[in-house]
Amino acid sequence: MTEAIQTAILPSEAAKIMSPEGLALFRQELLSGHDPNAPLVLVCCGTGCRAAGSVAVVDKFRQVLSGTAWNGKVVPMIKHTGCHGLCSRGPLVVIEPGDLFYQRVTVDDVEEIVNKTILNNETIARLQYKPANSKEVISKTSDIPYYAKQTRLVLKNIGKVDPTDIRDSIMRGSYSALAKVLTRMSPQDVINEVADSKLRGRGGAGFPTGLKWESCARQEGTRYVICNADEGDPGAFMDGALLEGDPHSVLEGMAICAYAIGSNRGYMYVRAEYPMAVKTLTIAIPQAEALGLLGENIMGTGFNFKVTISTGAGAFVCGESSALMASLEGKVGRPRPKYIRSVEKGFRDSPSNLNNVETYANIPGIITNGAEWYKSYGTQRSSGTKVFALTGNVNNIGLVEVPMGISLMEIVFGIGGGIPNKRALKGVQTGGPSGGCIPIPHTIPDINVGYGKLAEVGSIMGSGGMIVMDEDTCMVEVARYFVNFLFQESCGQCTPCREGLIRMREILTRITQGQGKEGDIELLEEIGNFTNSFSLCGLGTSAANPVLSTIRYFREEYNAHVRDKKCPAGVCKPLFHYEINPETCTGCGLCKSKCPVKAISGEKKKTHVIDQSLCIKCMECYKGCKFRSVIIK
Amino acid sequence: MSGTACACREIKSREIEIDYNLLDKIIRVDYGGNKEAMIMMMQAIQQVYRFLPEAAVQYLSQVIDVPTTKIYEVATFYASFSLEPKGKYILSVCTGTACHLRGSGGMVEHISKRLGITPGKTTSDLKLTLETVNCVGACAVAPVVVIDEKCHPKADISMLNDFIDHLNAE
Repeated sequence: MTEAIQTAILPSEAAKIMSPEGLALFRQELLSGHDPNAPLVLVCCGTGCRAAGSVAVVDKFRQVLSGTAWNGKVVPMIKHTGCHGLCSRGPLVVIEPGDLFYQRVTVDDVEEIVNKTILNNETIARLQYKPANSKEVISKTSDIPYYAKQTRLVLKNIGKVDPTDIRDSIMRGSYSALAKVLTRMSPQDVINEVADSKLRGRGGAGFPTGLKWESCARQEGTRYVICNADEGDPGAFMDGALLEGDPHSVLEGMAICAYAIGSNRGYMYVRAEYPMAVKTLTIAIPQAEALGLLGENIMGTGFNFKVTISTGAGAFVCGESSALMASLEGKVGRPRPKYIRSVEKGFRDSPSNLNNVETYANIPGIITNGAEWYKSYGTQRSSGTKVFALTGNVNNIGLVEVPMGISLMEIVFGIGGGIPNKRALKGVQTGGPSGGCIPIPHTIPDINVGYGKLAEVGSIMGSGGMIVMDEDTCMVEVARYFVNFLFQESCGQCTPCREGLIRMREILTRITQGQGKEGDIELLEEIGNFTNSFSLCGLGTSAANPVLSTIRYFREEYNAHVRDKKCPAGVCKPLFHYEINPETCTGCGLCKSKCPVKAISGEKKKTHVIDQSLCIKCMECYKGCKFRSVIIK
Repeated sequence: MSGTACACREIKSREIEIDYNLLDKIIRVDYGGNKEAMIMMMQAIQQVYRFLPEAAVQYLSQVIDVPTTKIYEVATFYASFSLEPKGKYILSVCTGTACHLRGSGGMVEHISKRLGITPGKTTSDLKLTLETVNCVGACAVAPVVVIDEKCHPKADISMLNDFIDHLNAE
């Protein structure tokens, strides 16, 4: 994950920008030296594409491009960008001009791309996008349904800019909103604009951002601006991708907030498990300081704002605001009761405004285009857009940005491209470990995704994790998984959360091991309601959500585990076994070759058999069989 | 694998040489002796030794004037700190939700059984530390295994077996 990436070096003559007009001039200068029709290769280097080998693809492009004879033609530029979003088809490459989309590009394809596509305008069909159930090729990125159906306001720069070169971001308008507030708006104007936009905190709770800024601005003394990038929810990676792909939008949002609340110190609290995000920030902040867009005397206006990076050390609870602030002070991250809110006394006992990465990233757009423009997206109660990390059992895995109020089925099928391997949709989990499972389409046909609607069905918006679950998912096991996660992450200071999680974990583990007893489900409900009612912090008061929501919607499945000692989804190992259906087995031998413990035997073209005494139920044969002949019993 | 910068390659026992000049650089120069940066100092120290050696903790305590009990409180609270020497290789299985749904739990179980260690522990020959991580953000290529900071997409038990076989042959 930490392969070296060549970083852009600012020209040494890059002098500080000494006035807001200077920024506009600098931008003009950059744009005039930039030919929009020059060939450009954009390679996604987000975490997903990197894991699939995109850094090697960038290197290969550099090597091939420099070794090609251009005979007077313009030599293409190569840019490594943040996450394009469609991670499941990575490494992704987009070629401009023309917005040509190539997927699953390997090092071996690079030479052909340069020779055919870049030099001779020929497309290579095998690298082009084809929808899951069609052979029709879609060549432009913007025509692919996954992108066409999104509304990318926050993600607009990601995939277009090189996050390690601030000039790229400036060309696309970064820091012009900051210039606007510094010249034409009073701090109160900024707060009013943000309040009018009805932007709500994107970290999970959905607190109105303008109101928070207003209350922090009213306090006396040194004020701090803090960005919560401790994205610890398993299955959520929006904030990491934002910081890796477009750090300047977030930094600009923080600077605007600092101006509005009268602060000159900012802290970026990033999860240490995101080494790329940390690295991108350590490049981006000094670049912005060198140009006078952050730091002392910003754009010559006398406004100062210094941002410091602080890395977390692997504690989910530090995503809670008071715990995060304790951690920033170098202490253990235990939440404190919030009789006094952190906008009054937070970091260093001073007024502190804490928002999430995505919240700050929304600010420049609101300032540039106005609150009315922002409210034209989304619903009346939840304005704007939301970025989700769409993962799990869905064809198109990746980041999606959609207007609030969009139908959940549209996200899963329209954008996500449906469920792979001909499986059926069983539910969608939103809000991470503190969220709930929404049983679409069976119990609830569909819902409009917004703060209020999700709460009605017992889930939450959360920071934006959206995990699609298919029929092979055991909901009891999912509940056990989340409770086990929270049990490990609970700070342990308050009894309901600590003891509640220990007991719920104990009961759920027993049930998934086939030792459930009558009354277990009712006991889980009782403990869950108690934990949610009496815990100290937000982690504790939502800790039982995964248990309560799965019991609410999937009680039958719990009953099957407790009474019949069966796991219908075939996940809880003691409660099922695999068999091969002799009627459909073709004897192809794939399961035999996949089995890591040699438990499957059978001659070619004859029915295979599983030796139950050897089988470790690892799912390899079940997942691998193309005829669905491996069945759960 | 070149054995240059990383001190862990030489770790044979728990007694290791502490480079106090390096500690001074981390504590006093990089972080200006600021108590608030203690967590990051500890991360930097751990980066060097791959765990927090007792002597380094004692020294940190003296320089920034924080009791060792407070340092150990922080070290045991946060998951990323280790008080025991880690292995030459760190094999980290992502147990985030997407990876979990695609069977990462079974992989952890399998390695645990094969090597006789639980997550967070190191084999007795100090070759390998098994860890789990909550989510590395590479859900599209789940299940993911990270070996020495390199992401291995779509990992499975056979791939892990190959890696361990390779390790045993080393």
